[in-house]
Amino acid sequence: MKSNKQIINDVLLDAAAQDKNIVVLFSDSRGSASMNSFAEKFPAQVVEVGIAEQNLVSIAAGLASCGKKSFAVSPAAFLSARSMEQVKVDVAYSNTNVKLIGISGGISYGGIGATHHATNDIAAMASIHGLRVYFPSDNFLTEKLIRALLKDDLPAYVRVGRNPVENIYRGDENFQLDKAMTICDGSDVTIISCGELVQNAVAASEILRGKNISARVIDMYCLKPLDKEIIIKAARETKKIITVEEHSPFGGLGSMIAQVTAANYPTKVLNLSLPDAPVIPGEPDEVFKYYGLDAAGIADSAEKFLGGN
Amino acid sequence: MNLKRKACEIRKVIVEMIYRAQFGHVGGALSATEILVDLYYKQMNVAPEKVSDPDRDRFILSKGHAVEALYAVLADRNFIPREDLLTYSQFGSPYMCHPTNKIVGIEMNTGSLGHGLSVGVGMALAAKMDKKIFRVYVVLGDGEMAEGSVWEAITAGGHYKLDNLTAIVDRNRLQMSGSTEDVMTQDSQEIRWAAFGWNVISIDGNDLDAVDAAITLAKKTSGKPTVVIANTIKGKGVSFMENRAEWHHKVPNAEQFKIAMAELEAAL
Repeated sequence: MKSNKQIINDVLLDAAAQDKNIVVLFSDSRGSASMNSFAEKFPAQVVEVGIAEQNLVSIAAGLASCGKKSFAVSPAAFLSARSMEQVKVDVAYSNTNVKLIGISGGISYGGIGATHHATNDIAAMASIHGLRVYFPSDNFLTEKLIRALLKDDLPAYVRVGRNPVENIYRGDENFQLDKAMTICDGSDVTIISCGELVQNAVAASEILRGKNISARVIDMYCLKPLDKEIIIKAARETKKIITVEEHSPFGGLGSMIAQVTAANYPTKVLNLSLPDAPVIPGEPDEVFKYYGLDAAGIADSAEKFLGGN
Repeated sequence: MNLKRKACEIRKVIVEMIYRAQFGHVGGALSATEILVDLYYKQMNVAPEKVSDPDRDRFILSKGHAVEALYAVLADRNFIPREDLLTYSQFGSPYMCHPTNKIVGIEMNTGSLGHGLSVGVGMALAAKMDKKIFRVYVVLGDGEMAEGSVWEAITAGGHYKLDNLTAIVDRNRLQMSGSTEDVMTQDSQEIRWAAFGWNVISIDGNDLDAVDAAITLAKKTSGKPTVVIANTIKGKGVSFMENRAEWHHKVPNAEQFKIAMAELEAAL
């Protein structure tokens, strides 16, 4: 089992051998990013900036303006907040080919604490004009996504977690950039998730199936541009929608989806998220369980939601 | 070419642009005029037909609010049509009060202070990686030196020994609220930059020969980046604007405009 950040390392290792313009920038983060092997193999394609996330992003933009394909890699908590203005001005506004890789996002750092949690990065990054936002769920999707992003010259923010993840996909699924993935079909309710909580959503759908509740599960790895069609279709076909995200309750997946349903096909949307408070210390699984974001918690919320009006 | 005369002409365009639009940052545009004139007419390898040339020199106006000086120079050097300047600060015009790279000849969007030098570090690193000989010039304001991110960039420039990078600090000693020394001490710029591994050249930044000699010296310096501390006069060239903090972004009235233009004309 590998973490999604390890997959990013593997894809870039592979791609950099053919493309000398790929440059990876670190803010003393190569070890945290599981990218030591990239740094060792391609030292001439690495820029270390030290613990200076603002500089990280602006330097990445300067390199990109000279034809480099910059990957700025830093913990999501710092990349999405400390350097937000550099992302806004030097990456989005100046339109430079910078891929912002937010590692150890959400609550992956667990007990290290709230300073290191990135729980508002959807709200922050998606609100920047022209910036695409992606939260891949497993290794397969991470690989497909990074390979697709290597082919374009537009900015994007990608958040991955810190820990190894189970495979959700078999590996032969059809991937199309900016089209959400339907993992399993269902007719009673749709659970839409993103990032590493997708696996809990899938497990929740299995619990629900045992209770004769048919739950569709959608992997909305593409938060911006959001795949609106698949949301409207789900609203039409399954009546109720549950969103599950490793993010604050504001400005994240739930808010975005409710905005689409409200305008196109008003539907009840239940948003399961982290609280509007510093997250309780603990390992991710313990934290998810505490907030009802584990499979049992999601299934339980779904049952109650479907039981009501 | 008589660059002293050119600087006077550029100043006239700056004052006219700001008077017409009734908006702009006149003081800092006038203080930086010699710096831009020397770079654009003498030192930099840039030209309208080379705006996409990978080997062109790169210029970043980190103190983006002095954009009127940049527009004036770009128009005079035919990067942009002179008549475009009439749209400066007008609804829908790309000629905003801070630079954007939608305009031919402008590399990066600036305006929020504290970004330009970091971007310049990235460009200089790209040149080193590709073994290109282009040079990178970044003009900063002295008030801007209070931004912490500038010091991240200075640290990186020194660390990577970017001798293809030249920073120029427009040291006019005034910012919006008054003296830089009262707002947030910026003295001993020379010592500060030197401590971070930069080659430091301190000059009269409104003396074209001094600016030119400093840039020439920067080009000849290897193994470290150069900073030119350009000691300038805010509002230079217009007697009642010189060394007056309120002319950071005050707009001349009809009478003041007449006097300013007459003074600049007389200096030609």
